[in-house]
Amino acid sequence: MKIVIINYGAGNIQSIKFAIQRLGFEAVLSNNVEEILQADKVIFPGVGEASSAMKMLKSTGLDQIIPQLKQPVLGICLGMQLMCKHSEEGDTKGLGIFNVEVKRFSNQVKVPQIGWNQITNLKSELFKGIKEEEFMYLVHSFYAEKCSEMIAETNYDLAYASALQKDNFYGVQFHPEKSSNAGEKILENFLKC
Amino acid sequence: MLTKRIIPCLDIKNGRTVKGVNFLDLRDAGDPVELAKIYAENGADELVFLDISATEEKRKTLANLVLKVAEKVNIPFTVGGGISSVEDVDILLQCGADKVSINSSAVKRPELINELSAKFGSQCVVVAIDAKQIDGEWIVHLVGGKVPTELNLFAWAKEVEKRGAGEILFTSMNNDGTKNGFANEALAKLSEELNIPIIASGGAGNMQHFADTFIEGKADAALAASVFHFKEIEIPELKEFLSDKDILVRR
Repeated sequence: MKIVIINYGAGNIQSIKFAIQRLGFEAVLSNNVEEILQADKVIFPGVGEASSAMKMLKSTGLDQIIPQLKQPVLGICLGMQLMCKHSEEGDTKGLGIFNVEVKRFSNQVKVPQIGWNQITNLKSELFKGIKEEEFMYLVHSFYAEKCSEMIAETNYDLAYASALQKDNFYGVQFHPEKSSNAGEKILENFLKC
Repeated sequence: MLTKRIIPCLDIKNGRTVKGVNFLDLRDAGDPVELAKIYAENGADELVFLDISATEEKRKTLANLVLKVAEKVNIPFTVGGGISSVEDVDILLQCGADKVSINSSAVKRPELINELSAKFGSQCVVVAIDAKQIDGEWIVHLVGGKVPTELNLFAWAKEVEKRGAGEILFTSMNNDGTKNGFANEALAKLSEELNIPIIASGGAGNMQHFADTFIEGKADAALAASVFHFKEIEIPELKEFLSDKDILVRR
């Protein structure tokens, strides 16, 4: 199985590669269009800020490629947010795979949300073997609103979509690669779907 | 709901854990990776590695360690100690660190906080503040609490937040090493005046101290070293204790 982690900027993407290694698979980091098109599974990570991340995607043409992928694609954190329609962060137009807005948490709560929170209302093969209210590690200031593509829900400030799915596209707001054994199980489910 | 975090801190010198590690069941108690794995398995929510070595080789040794930890450990971790530039942070994040913690370098050049949060996002920028209460006023100190600055803790914390820090790790030098509990009054004030998470550090001696810092101190996370290293407190028991007091923890 060929697993590609899209490498389009600075930040911690080694952790995803290592988590996949712990599951007994190998992943390559790449921003090469051919390599991404030929992969069996594509992971679209994201750290940093939405508008600058989107600029980097555009400069390599990846903004056109990603929405057309036919194999399973998993967006993580900012990766998931960029797959949405629009983000309040830097007033950024997203890839539009998920028909949902990304908004900032209110100042009623501490921002960013940092730490372990629960996922509920699980509705996807991605969560096979994962119990309701399982804890996942999250670090984010912006969230996707609840919508018809939601496959997991989390509460912070309000109830929001902590995972989304549309056809072959999956997005998770939490970091499965940093969420202990349950997180690794979700990654494994993705690699096997 | 978001849970309170328990964070063991490991002091590192030349790639090895130093002082106060008493893990009899470890083959090599000086190996930070082995220790980190045990903590992760026991339910630690995060780990902090604080590098206290002062050699020329420091950067390389630390980067190698980060790479090894990221390879083996499936919970988030922060790296601190002598980090002073965007390049330092870039290397550590690329090796697999989730966050970095800066302290003296931020006091010397506060713009570093802006630079790091702009380039890597505020979520990975932890600003560590050591402060000592002198005649009622909390004064920021450097070099492990030895050198006083002219900065007031609360004013500095607010500036740090404004410049883009994602979290504050506050160590009270009055409490550190005493095992008499955390500096909850100052912590609560930080939590009320700021809108980013606060990690309490310094003073943990028993399980009640953790409950107190989460309730009275309004801390989002609590960090400790020796009580965990010497197994005076086991993390699963601590979490059960906190849970019985209706404090939300991951179990």
